[in-house]
Amino acid sequence: MSARYLPYVLILPVTLFLCLFFLYPFVLVAQQAFSTGNGFTLDNFRNVMSHWKFPISLKNTLYLAAAVVPFQLALALLMATMVSKMKRGRDLVLYIWTIPLGISDLAAGIIWLAIFEQSGFLNSMMSGLGLIDKPLNLLTYQNPGLVFLAIALAEIWRATAIMLVILVAGIGLIPKEYYEAAEVFGASPWKRFTRITLPLLRPSLSTALILRVILAFEVFAVVQALGGTLFPVLMGETYNYQFELLNGGAAAAIALIILGISIAFTLLILRALRVPKGATI
Amino acid sequence: MTTAATNPPDARRAGRFVYATAVILLCAWVIVPLYFLLINTLSSPEAVNSFPKSFVPEFDLESLTFFANFAGMLNALKNSILVAGLTMVMSIAIGAPAGYALSRFDFPGKSTFRLLILLTRAFPLPLLALPLAVMFIRTGLDDTIFGLALVHTTLAVPFAVLITFSLFSGIPIELEEAAWTLGCTRLTAFTKVVLPLILPGITASAIFAFVISWNEVFAAAVLTIENRTLTAFLLQNLDTSPLHLKFAGGFILVVPALIFIFAVRKYLFAMWGIANR
Repeated sequence: MSARYLPYVLILPVTLFLCLFFLYPFVLVAQQAFSTGNGFTLDNFRNVMSHWKFPISLKNTLYLAAAVVPFQLALALLMATMVSKMKRGRDLVLYIWTIPLGISDLAAGIIWLAIFEQSGFLNSMMSGLGLIDKPLNLLTYQNPGLVFLAIALAEIWRATAIMLVILVAGIGLIPKEYYEAAEVFGASPWKRFTRITLPLLRPSLSTALILRVILAFEVFAVVQALGGTLFPVLMGETYNYQFELLNGGAAAAIALIILGISIAFTLLILRALRVPKGATI
Repeated sequence: MTTAATNPPDARRAGRFVYATAVILLCAWVIVPLYFLLINTLSSPEAVNSFPKSFVPEFDLESLTFFANFAGMLNALKNSILVAGLTMVMSIAIGAPAGYALSRFDFPGKSTFRLLILLTRAFPLPLLALPLAVMFIRTGLDDTIFGLALVHTTLAVPFAVLITFSLFSGIPIELEEAAWTLGCTRLTAFTKVVLPLILPGITASAIFAFVISWNEVFAAAVLTIENRTLTAFLLQNLDTSPLHLKFAGGFILVVPALIFIFAVRKYLFAMWGIANR
């Protein structure tokens, strides 16, 4: 086989696969969302958006992302800079910090349920310290703040690792000379961080943020495990429409709304963290 | 600077103390919740539902036995392993050739192809399960292991391409060229020179594909009804199942993840970091 066609032969399977299982389903989901059986219609969207649960689940999803992602970004940056200075035990610490990377959102939800449920470890600790006489039922509709906190903690616990890995790899690519030069000119550690690390880390930051923000809009199993119906989110509504209400068109409509939000944020992040042409390391 | 100049040892010692404490606290932040799950898994159902909790496990296997005997659970576990195994094989078989092509050739359309791969990352992929559910019913793939594995492969294959791309790029083309001059064909040069060097990396990315599939909840729950995977089965029974069943199930979900992350830790950064830029 000639070398000219070889690359195309090699990429053909993936391309076909992604066309069939990635691009084509998007056409299908749009079709499903914009039709109820007879022609083009916005009924599905009207139907979905006028439901009383829609504004709540949209608000919950966005609030959760707004609370969790910035905190994770700061935490991941802190952990990445700490690791980059570490001399002994770096591998062990990195292994421990990246463990949540392999843990599913459902398992993370169950893990935090062990802490927050009525006979759980938080109650046990508080009663051990004499703060409470009998176990409190923490995750109920009377405590919406606590439900939110539990879900946010589980999300922070689970998904900071993915940002950490991308940022650690990114910091590894920044040449040491920049830091040495800055030190010669008497730049403080904080100055070095804001003037060297952050700007040169932009490509990694944007990848980490995009991945994380999209995951945040997809939040589902953690919420199901910890809040159940107490904390409706968009992905959970999609699931409900598909299974409880057997309304595929409505499920597709919410799916498209999630997609739209994800794409909007992706473009926003790409724009905000864009690297000027010719300014690569 | 001035304080550091007047009493450098004290300030430095204090700084080192704060730093070490922060590292230890962050490690505890990751490990302690996992330890709580372990306690609950290794305690009897009575202990799991009682209050207050003991902070040491009693090493009782009753919860795990209950989990194993719960109707449909072992079947779900088997399904999870099968789907993840299929996903692993398919994503490497389809993804690795493309990774090789990206690392070795410059060809028209290369940037478009890379864009298609990167584009998949900017979409909430599990949502694809919704339209595919309809498509699968038409083709008879609904509620099958293979159908779900196809969707999970869509999730895993972009990673497989990018990871193998960065792995192949790490092997100088000169090695292959030397093999060609010594009488190897393109294929034998690949199998005799490149493959042995790349195999550990490929294994690591295959393991990663396995974990992606093993952990996936939404698509699994949408696409399977009779042949539930473990995640889908646990999700479906969240409202009704007793606590000890949830914790044992969560534990079974976590264990492979712990082993796999340990197995691939050397490749973690080549896989997630550089490949992602």
